[in-house]
Amino acid sequence: MAKGIKDKVVIIGMGCSKFGERWDKEADNLMVEAYTEAIADAGIDTKQIDAAWLATAIEEQHVGKSATPLAVALRLPFIPVTRVENYCASGTEAFRGAVYAVASGAADVALALGVEKLKDTGYGGLPQRGRGPLNDMTNPNASAPGSFAQLAAAYRAKHKIEAKDLKGAMAHISVKSHDNGSRNPKAHLRNKITVDTVLNAPTVAEPLGLFDCCGVSDGAACAIVATPEVARSLGKKDMISIKALQVAVSNGLEAQHNSWDGSYFATTRIASKRAYAEAGIDKPRDQLSLIEVHDCFSVTELVTMEDLHISPEGGAIKDVLDGFYDSDGKVPCQIDGGLKCFGHPIGASGLRMIYEMYLQMQGRAGERQRKQEPVFGLTHNLGGFPQRNVCAISIVGKYGA
Amino acid sequence: MTKGILAFGAYIPWRRLPRKAIAETHGWFNPALKGQAKGERAFCNWDEDPVTMAVEAARDALAGRDRGTIGALRFASTTFPFLDRLHSGIVAGALSLPEDISAIDVTATQRAGTSALIEALSSGSETLVVASEKRGAKAASPVEMTSGDGAAAVLVGEGKPVATLLAKASRTADFVDHFRSLDNQFDYQWEERWIRDAGYMTAVPPVIKRCLEAAKVAPKDVTHFCMPATLARVANSVAKAAGIDDKAICDPLHANCGDTGAAHTLMLLVATLEKSKPGDKILLVGFGQGADALLFEVTSEIARRAKNLGVAGHLAHRKEEPSYGRFLAFNDLIELERGMRSETDKATALSSLWRNRETVTSFIGGKCSKCGTLQMPRTDICVNPNCNALHTQEPYPFADMAGRIKSYTADRLTYSPDPPSCYGMIEFEEGGRVMIDFTDIDGDALKVGQPMQMMFRIKDIDTARGFRRYYWKAAPKAGKA
Repeated sequence: MAKGIKDKVVIIGMGCSKFGERWDKEADNLMVEAYTEAIADAGIDTKQIDAAWLATAIEEQHVGKSATPLAVALRLPFIPVTRVENYCASGTEAFRGAVYAVASGAADVALALGVEKLKDTGYGGLPQRGRGPLNDMTNPNASAPGSFAQLAAAYRAKHKIEAKDLKGAMAHISVKSHDNGSRNPKAHLRNKITVDTVLNAPTVAEPLGLFDCCGVSDGAACAIVATPEVARSLGKKDMISIKALQVAVSNGLEAQHNSWDGSYFATTRIASKRAYAEAGIDKPRDQLSLIEVHDCFSVTELVTMEDLHISPEGGAIKDVLDGFYDSDGKVPCQIDGGLKCFGHPIGASGLRMIYEMYLQMQGRAGERQRKQEPVFGLTHNLGGFPQRNVCAISIVGKYGA
Repeated sequence: MTKGILAFGAYIPWRRLPRKAIAETHGWFNPALKGQAKGERAFCNWDEDPVTMAVEAARDALAGRDRGTIGALRFASTTFPFLDRLHSGIVAGALSLPEDISAIDVTATQRAGTSALIEALSSGSETLVVASEKRGAKAASPVEMTSGDGAAAVLVGEGKPVATLLAKASRTADFVDHFRSLDNQFDYQWEERWIRDAGYMTAVPPVIKRCLEAAKVAPKDVTHFCMPATLARVANSVAKAAGIDDKAICDPLHANCGDTGAAHTLMLLVATLEKSKPGDKILLVGFGQGADALLFEVTSEIARRAKNLGVAGHLAHRKEEPSYGRFLAFNDLIELERGMRSETDKATALSSLWRNRETVTSFIGGKCSKCGTLQMPRTDICVNPNCNALHTQEPYPFADMAGRIKSYTADRLTYSPDPPSCYGMIEFEEGGRVMIDFTDIDGDALKVGQPMQMMFRIKDIDTARGFRRYYWKAAPKAGKA
């Protein structure tokens, strides 16, 4: 078995733009906004970066193809730059590229940056676009909420749960994320809401209402990674290292084979197990300090609590309602507001999650800082549809922990 | 072996518009509509057209039959969506008929259905005759009140027929009671009294006379007289002139369906066959630029006919649509603000459509010759994680499989001409699954485990290029589950 990535690479700098409806900014402005914070944090110069990765998912809506938009925006000095796209998990993929480059020895310092500029469509929600000639002829014209809403139908049927009980737990999730987002100055949505707000909102895709859905945002996030030796030479102390990086990709089983029941993410269950093994974690419920998950929809967060092997199968509703995942709970989930309120500029989201872990572990998270000192933080970045998706998980923590 | 009608079936769309909804909207303009505000008319969902209805009527007729013996397909309609594309070719593909059949579209007259049937009865091949119509009518027009959408199918050939042809007769004359042209999408019609007197009453009785004389059958021995006519009492007047008993006149399905144009004579034939007894004599008349008359005698095989929905089953499977607005929208009679999400380009790559016709048109998936796993669509490597064998997935038909809802949603964000857009995972009882659009379903009535059947429907309409693509959708199972 491969030895894994644990403690081979550390984060030396991170940055994140304000997320939201950035009507006055282009994608390159957002990239520079995240980058200037990250490079200042790292305390290095642009010419010290050996290689870079750019994540964008819906590039036809803003920067167009290839890695050149990143190289041009940051004036990278003709170094290798790669663009990655893996649905909404693109941000973590860029991070994985940079971390693997450093771990391999091919680079001493590498950069990962994710950006998305989505608010130039003229309408709310994600852009409507072609999916290829055959898919267009056969697939439902499904929206993202419509795809993920189906988890609720299958989850209710499997666990014999009343619609209102599931919806109640989903509402708690959204209320919690709005509460957390209200303490985050970079968050897209900073208003507090109540359970009634969620339950009385217009339906988007049964049973998901408006407040069960995350925001569609403009934004960018950036990470600079290096070997521990390089970090030490830069005077870094109390380093944050990468403990695990795992990706699991659907191979058509969920969509085509009757062994999957539609109520969970097969990829997340597999990727998280591999990540725990890589990080040396055997009791995630007890050992994880913080989690940031891909809460594109409230129901996604709910079933993900089980797929990460933190809540028992069928037990997420109880944990959610018990406040286990609240900011003052045992394992806070989305302490920064999550996709729901921090926002979801697709290519940036995976990196934004790691950014929050990085701040929390350094005690730099301001008003939303977790009191107990975090040791291990897990980020879960998911893209696609329940029946066909990409799950990317990272675990970061104190170097040597 | 005897030649005759081997099987028959029909299709009537699920939605019915009460005629009073039309009268309530347009009565201010045309008070005469209020006098017709009785009963209901069938109308197509946005994703139905003569092609999709023809496929469903044919599937109804062919229920439980081997389709490999069919040698010819005749498709009659005056509302074909294409001017240059063989609609019977689309139907043949959806039915997975052998590619070596002959296929002809028959059109341009209200008697297209009977003419196609006469031609089929004269041919040497086992022939599937389908007639289907999606009636177009201007808002507040009499045709909007009297017409309905639907399709009927009859299989003709050698075997054990449920009815045999005793005689036929035709007459052709360019009597223009109404017309529709390339320049005008709706009917332009002359005075009804003239159509009755100079048209039906002048043209039809002599044709009936010739037909009955050829069969040596007395008019009073006709058990069922099937002649569509939306003008009041015209069928009675023709019957009287021909010497046919008033009681033989078939229910024109005005109260619960409406006149389905070129499909309606076959529709009435199917409805009549469903309740006929051995020895019954059915006289069929199609009117339009002349007339066709066909006389059938029902055989004892009628007792052994296939259990299908037919006209009666489809009439029972209905949803009353109280909103005339939905009818107007589905029939493109009103310009709706459809939102920016409707602007997505719906271009079809014709090369891809042809390459993928097995999946897209015929809904054929795969079955692994090694492990037996069923999957949709068919791929090079078997999906079963314990198999994953290469090139073992053999073509396997999925269209007639029973399925159940595994997961679902009613999506109000995505664009649909009939929001909310309902779709989800269908798991087939025999094996395999597919994430697919639902149709003819109430968004608030969806539930996991609900029995569903596959139906051939319009997937998207490309208004920029005038093309439409077809695919399969899941609908609640009609009739007794």
